Amino acid sequence: MNIAAVITSQFRSLWTVLQHTFTKADTVEYPEEMPALFPRYRGRIVLTRDPDGVERCVACNLCAVACPVDCIALQKAEDEHGRWYPEFFRINFSRCIMCGFCEEACPTYSIQLTPDFEMCEYDRQNMVYEKEDLLIDGTGKYHDYNFYRVSGKSIGGKDKGEAENEGEPIDIKSLLP
Amino acid sequence: MPTIEIDGRSYEVEAGANLLSACLSQGLDLPYFCWHPCMGSVGSCRQCAVIQYRDAHDVQGRIVMSCMTPAADGARISIEAPEVKAFRAEILELLMTNHPHDCPVCEEGGECHLQDMTVMTGHTFRQYRGKKRTHRNQYLGPFIHHEMNRCIACYRCVRFYRDYAGGDDLGVFASHNHVYFGRHEDGVLENEFSGNLVEVCPTGVFTDKTLSEHYTRKWDLQAAPSVCVHCAVGCNISPGERYGKLRRVINRYHGEVNRYFLCDRGRFGYGFVNSDRRLRKAMIEKQPAVSGEAAQQRLSFLLAQQRGKVIGIGSPRASLEANFALRERLGADYFYAGFGVDEHPLITAIAEIMQSSCARIPTLREIEQSDAIFILGEDVTNTAPVMALAVRQAVRNASFEIADRLHIPRWQDEAVREAAQQEKSPLFIASCDRTRLDDVATATFRKAPDDLARLGFAVAHLIDPEAPAVTDLSEQERSEAEVIAGALKRAKRPLIVSGSGCGSLAVIQAAANVALALPEKAKALSLVVPECNSIGLAMMQGRLLNEAFQLASTGAVATVIVLENDLYRRAERVVVDRFLAEVEHVVVIDHIGHETAEQAELVLSAGTFAETEGTLVNYEGRAQRFFPVLAPADDIRSAWQWLSDAPGQTDWRHVDDVISALAQRLPRFQSCRDAAPFASFRITGMKIPRQPPRYSGRTAMRANITVSEPKAPDDSDSALAFSMEGAESARPPALNPGFWAPGWNSNQSVIKFQDEINGHLRGDDPGVRLIREAGRASWFREIPDAWRVLSDQWLLAPIRHIFGSEPLSALSAPLAERIPEPYLALNPDDASRLEVGEGESVELELLPQMERRVLTVRLSAELPAGVAGIPVGLPGLPGTAFWKAAKLGTIS
Repeated sequence: MNIAAVITSQFRSLWTVLQHTFTKADTVEYPEEMPALFPRYRGRIVLTRDPDGVERCVACNLCAVACPVDCIALQKAEDEHGRWYPEFFRINFSRCIMCGFCEEACPTYSIQLTPDFEMCEYDRQNMVYEKEDLLIDGTGKYHDYNFYRVSGKSIGGKDKGEAENEGEPIDIKSLLP
Repeated sequence: MPTIEIDGRSYEVEAGANLLSACLSQGLDLPYFCWHPCMGSVGSCRQCAVIQYRDAHDVQGRIVMSCMTPAADGARISIEAPEVKAFRAEILELLMTNHPHDCPVCEEGGECHLQDMTVMTGHTFRQYRGKKRTHRNQYLGPFIHHEMNRCIACYRCVRFYRDYAGGDDLGVFASHNHVYFGRHEDGVLENEFSGNLVEVCPTGVFTDKTLSEHYTRKWDLQAAPSVCVHCAVGCNISPGERYGKLRRVINRYHGEVNRYFLCDRGRFGYGFVNSDRRLRKAMIEKQPAVSGEAAQQRLSFLLAQQRGKVIGIGSPRASLEANFALRERLGADYFYAGFGVDEHPLITAIAEIMQSSCARIPTLREIEQSDAIFILGEDVTNTAPVMALAVRQAVRNASFEIADRLHIPRWQDEAVREAAQQEKSPLFIASCDRTRLDDVATATFRKAPDDLARLGFAVAHLIDPEAPAVTDLSEQERSEAEVIAGALKRAKRPLIVSGSGCGSLAVIQAAANVALALPEKAKALSLVVPECNSIGLAMMQGRLLNEAFQLASTGAVATVIVLENDLYRRAERVVVDRFLAEVEHVVVIDHIGHETAEQAELVLSAGTFAETEGTLVNYEGRAQRFFPVLAPADDIRSAWQWLSDAPGQTDWRHVDDVISALAQRLPRFQSCRDAAPFASFRITGMKIPRQPPRYSGRTAMRANITVSEPKAPDDSDSALAFSMEGAESARPPALNPGFWAPGWNSNQSVIKFQDEINGHLRGDDPGVRLIREAGRASWFREIPDAWRVLSDQWLLAPIRHIFGSEPLSALSAPLAERIPEPYLALNPDDASRLEVGEGESVELELLPQMERRVLTVRLSAELPAGVAGIPVGLPGLPGTAFWKAAKLGTIS
């Protein structure tokens, strides 16, 4: 090995470190100063509503099964028009690792992570959030998507054949093409 | 065995199979939709394409449908060739063009064959931009939800419903890509096996409505190996639990018993486990006991007080362990079987015939292979439904013979049906009223029970002249008997089916004679009993219920312990009322509330099949073990625990100790130890988890109660764990909670667990036969006289209903919708003689008790004159057939 190269490398490293003394710090003095969090920051989980203001969650259980720490539990219920919704929806934030798998798994954009991580509690029991704690009034990061407008299931206000890209229901008494 | 080459590797495959089942038998993955292991091939979905090469030099080959191509010796095929993989992906893309964007709100999601096959073919992106065709759904009754948009037109539903199960109210409508599978109008699906559509449909067109009520994905259901408790067939089931509630029941394949299908009673009758009528707390004098221990002490006190004056009444719906614990606690002399007063002699006789006769007791698989069947006095569809499904397949054996002659492979479903036309193997049904198998019967005979028996005895005599002859046979009876005897003699694998259904001992004995008369190797006899452990209890030889009633009237009974039994279903109301009044202390151990329990001083809450472990003996004498799917809550304990926990009584700590004690005490139960591995069984040191590996919500399910997760309930009684951790492979079938294989999330994954397609489970089918045919039985010689119509009184013949005759399933709300209103069936001539019409009321004056009842008349053209049909177990009607005769009159 070339001894000159080793010495040069040492000085180059010292120079690089010295340079950082004059650059702006990436960290902030939290909590005196609040960090700038981006909309896609993976923090506290919320349940959102579709553009019509109805809760998006259809209780499909995909978030629960995707969750690596099994901290989501819910139960499906159905209204009189066939729309699925969660009877209860519970997240145990004391177990949540904010990995965002639930958001990735969600087929309706219902479950979303938000740029809020300030969830300290003295009592761990307070980290258990129920649906009323999770459900927000807006659409979150995805404004236009409404699952039931795409799905083939008929719900109140949307009959068979009225979803996007759907033909009129077939008259099964007819043999015409 | 032919050898075929698949993608360059040689495999030995089953002779006569098609390529698809040959590939699947070898553990290879090949997608399919229209093929079903039990229903053969029709080649309609084009999904199972493979490339077949002409010879070793052919490099191009041609695409064939593997399900329609015989696996001939030396065949060279490829599953993996890029051309055929692309072909399969395109076919799947075509099938998916109209499939709605429904998976998140579809009950099939997570156990969907279409999802699995889509993933398997690699189709991930929809190119189709046109409009999807849509359909309106139908109301199909309380069991099945219909969502026609999801249909991929594989035709499996109608092939199962019409061709396999004999239904006629589900059909195909419209044409081309508009085809619609449904009824001609909204309405309840009538067939008794409609629930199987849920598993037969590869996607979510037909889904389980009862599951949807409290929906849980398959991956979230805690399951356990279990046995259906709603009839004596003993179908293997896989119940699923979540949040402490039983959510559904699905089929669990057993190579000799139920195989792929369940009846609707078994599938949808589980609601009683969640019912409000469950006894969850021990009750002392109608007040909840302070604790289970307090109730236990009360029981011990009662037992210690009056030694020798305590009797126990067992139950044909309780497990062997529960009945045995009662018998041990009180002594054999004080153990009463708890059968209905009328059915005790019948079931005892059946158990004796089974144990003594040299007739083979066929399994359902063997029933399917019979080529001539004589059903004597039993409406099998309503008493042992899945057996009726097997009988229905047996009549197809004639068509298989025709197919064999024409060298058509048996799995070529359409071709076999086309070749056979209406040709069927002989099936003779002799019964009191019409049965649900009449549509496939060669001939049906309607007679009063005594005449049914005479017909049976006459057939036996015609087959073997040594059998006792029937004197004074009428010309018509003789010719009927000759037809039946001729067909049975010609058959290679004849079968006699009878049972306690029509409430006549002579009928059972006649059936035994016919079986005995058959040639040495061909004797086969299936005797149907009403309840899940009737045979097991009969083998325990308890005393007659009537003897208990008599004993009580002498004042010799101070305490009675009634085990999982409602006495009001077993005997006349007045008799039971008197009995319960005469006995000082009534103790009821049961899981469900009923009239007997209401009158009990001490009620001990037992577990249902879903909370306890136990062994049941089915109609063929097969002991099968069921395991708890949910940990018991409140004061719920196994019945044997209530009976044995008292200090110093026994050294039973686990259910295995009870089974061992049973095997030791009663040698005929010796082999029931082997029904399933004991609690010490481990796979590489691990227990078998009840929960699937993807079970979700473990740290949130109970977080509303307390955020600290409790320890999983300990199950020291079995090798199963209430956990998602443990042995995932090499599970013995008796301990396998359900079927799942990588890439195969639906119940179709059972093919990965069979030794060959449609074969037995690898590692042997669960359960063990307690009864081995041995010895030479003697003829029954008590032939009843011909039955005569009496001018003023009617013989009451029991009519059994799949929905309603069995008390536990009747508590399930969806099933309760299907229970008919109580009625009295009358021949139209008799009705007009009485001047009553359909739907009008008639008054029964029961003989000999002279009790009066009013019932609505239902006309049944096929009932013999002078016989009135009385449905068993419907509200207000007897639970067994102890009403024998009545005078009828219009209401004055």
